[in-house]
Amino acid sequence: MSEPVVLAQNLTKMYKMGDVEVHALRGLSLQINKGEVVAIVGPSGSGKSTLMNILGCLDHPTSGSYLLDGEEVSSLRDDQLANIRNRKVGFIFQSFNLLGRQTALSNVELPLRYAGTSAGRKEKAREALIAVGLESRINHKPTELSGGQQQRVAIARALVNNPAIIMADEPTGNLDSKVGQEIIDLLLNLNKERGTTLIIVTHDPRVADQAQRIIRVRDGVVEEQE
Amino acid sequence: MTILQAFIEALESLNSNKLRSGLTILGIVIGVAAVIAMLAIGQGAQNSITGTISGIGTNLLFIFSGNDQAELRNVRPLTLQDAAAIADPFQAPAVDAVAPFIQGSNIEVASGGEQTRTSLGGVTPEYFGVRNYNVAEGELISEEHVLGRASVAIIGVDVAEKLFSRTEGLVGEIIRIEGQPFRVIGVLEKKGGSSFGSQDDIVLIPMTTARTRIIRRSADRVDIILVQAASAESVPQATEEISSILRSRHRTDIGADDFSVLSQQDFLQTVQTILGVFTIFLGGIAAISLLVGGIGIMNIMLVSVSERTREIGLRKALGARKRDILTQFLTESSLLSLIGGVIGIILGWLIAYVVGQVATATGNAFTPAVGLDGILLATITSTIIGLFFGIYPANRAASLEPVEALRYE
Repeated sequence: MSEPVVLAQNLTKMYKMGDVEVHALRGLSLQINKGEVVAIVGPSGSGKSTLMNILGCLDHPTSGSYLLDGEEVSSLRDDQLANIRNRKVGFIFQSFNLLGRQTALSNVELPLRYAGTSAGRKEKAREALIAVGLESRINHKPTELSGGQQQRVAIARALVNNPAIIMADEPTGNLDSKVGQEIIDLLLNLNKERGTTLIIVTHDPRVADQAQRIIRVRDGVVEEQE
Repeated sequence: MTILQAFIEALESLNSNKLRSGLTILGIVIGVAAVIAMLAIGQGAQNSITGTISGIGTNLLFIFSGNDQAELRNVRPLTLQDAAAIADPFQAPAVDAVAPFIQGSNIEVASGGEQTRTSLGGVTPEYFGVRNYNVAEGELISEEHVLGRASVAIIGVDVAEKLFSRTEGLVGEIIRIEGQPFRVIGVLEKKGGSSFGSQDDIVLIPMTTARTRIIRRSADRVDIILVQAASAESVPQATEEISSILRSRHRTDIGADDFSVLSQQDFLQTVQTILGVFTIFLGGIAAISLLVGGIGIMNIMLVSVSERTREIGLRKALGARKRDILTQFLTESSLLSLIGGVIGIILGWLIAYVVGQVATATGNAFTPAVGLDGILLATITSTIIGLFFGIYPANRAASLEPVEALRYE
């Protein structure tokens, strides 16, 4: 059970803002095992978002190595990264980021389309929606759904490709606390049932406290883990 | 993403913003319609005029007095004697038939209470053979009519319609030409309209009668001599023979000719050149509006890209490659212009059709010709315009960094 799915070593990330060099990450190392639920917390400017972008393969580190599910991804080209994101990472965003003119079903189908899956695409998407408890809302558009339901659609979309990790960026940020707790319960449940590795980036201590492990990031390094 | 999926998504996206898509498409519609209509009208006019010139007769040469290539002082008019000399088979073996001709325009013709103004030709019997004219009823003007200065006339169907409201049973009727009575001896077969005006709106009378009583030309003078060459191949030879005969008769062996010999081919070429330039000119102006339509597409696609930055970021986060985003936006812009192109073709064809109808109603019958090549050209051009003007916005979308795009407000 201690097989590492995320293994980051000595990650650095440097941005140039005009003439000023900003070091967002300064040699950060991190290991997350398969099936873990991890919360990443830290004040703004701590490098938390940068870390999330790199772990989610949205961005390249300036140096260091990053093994995701046993694959070295730190030096991949953009299109290869897109492929990794498609197969190994599921994203959940604060503002849901659903396509407004498409139904819940085709929103969930989207990663499968980019994966080039054609056989059984609708069934897989339907199963994912059933797994998040939305079987009765399959053909609704996002505007016809409540905030909590929209986030469930987003979770289904993150699940549908069976990714190695799910990255949730403030998943409860736009929801009231009751609905937010339902979403967290759903995510924890999915983790328990499917063994999906869950990385939650959050400000909210009530959310972070439900994780098995909290990683505190400050000034571009991991400050402490508990 | 397959092309089909991209196509469906593009349709959905265009459908979600109907007004904007519609206005963008309108730019292309107008451009394509203008191109199609202009080309169709130009081509139709060309066909019609070419047909008219060909329909005048076969292997024809026209001899005019004067020469617009040179400045001349003493221009000798063409005469019946000139015509007779050209008709001499020993001097001009390549010439088959010669028909001198005098004409008057806006001549008043009346019968009973009806009257009309038309063009009048004073002709010899050869004229009918050379011009391919035949009578639907009655007889042609004969040598006796010419020699006897007979007061007889052959009328075209348009004149018959106007004077008698019928085109049959008119032989023997009396008409008044400039007040003088003429007996109708025949009605011409219908030739159909042309861009020069109807060939059926004409009255033909013997040349001698015309010269002494209606048109008044000084002795033996004629306006045009029509010559039919023996064959298409002998047209250049006939031109040479006619020129040398007329040079010696008009004593212009030295210096510029005081006459012009033009063949049907010369007319055709001139007309086709003029109309070709005209068509290209019109088409060019229309093409500019197509270009403007293309810029409209580019504009709206740029707006669309910046509006959908977050969507692009999301798609990239879910695994869309650069190519997928590029395909998505290019499909949208090509679809815009393709739809515009199809509607434009239909609209352009309608415009050309209406113009044709209006022209027919006003008596200048011509049929606009929408060729398959024009339709193909317009479809391909508009799609290429969509692709071309879509490339920049699509590339901009595809090159967005996912992190930046997701953060975009």
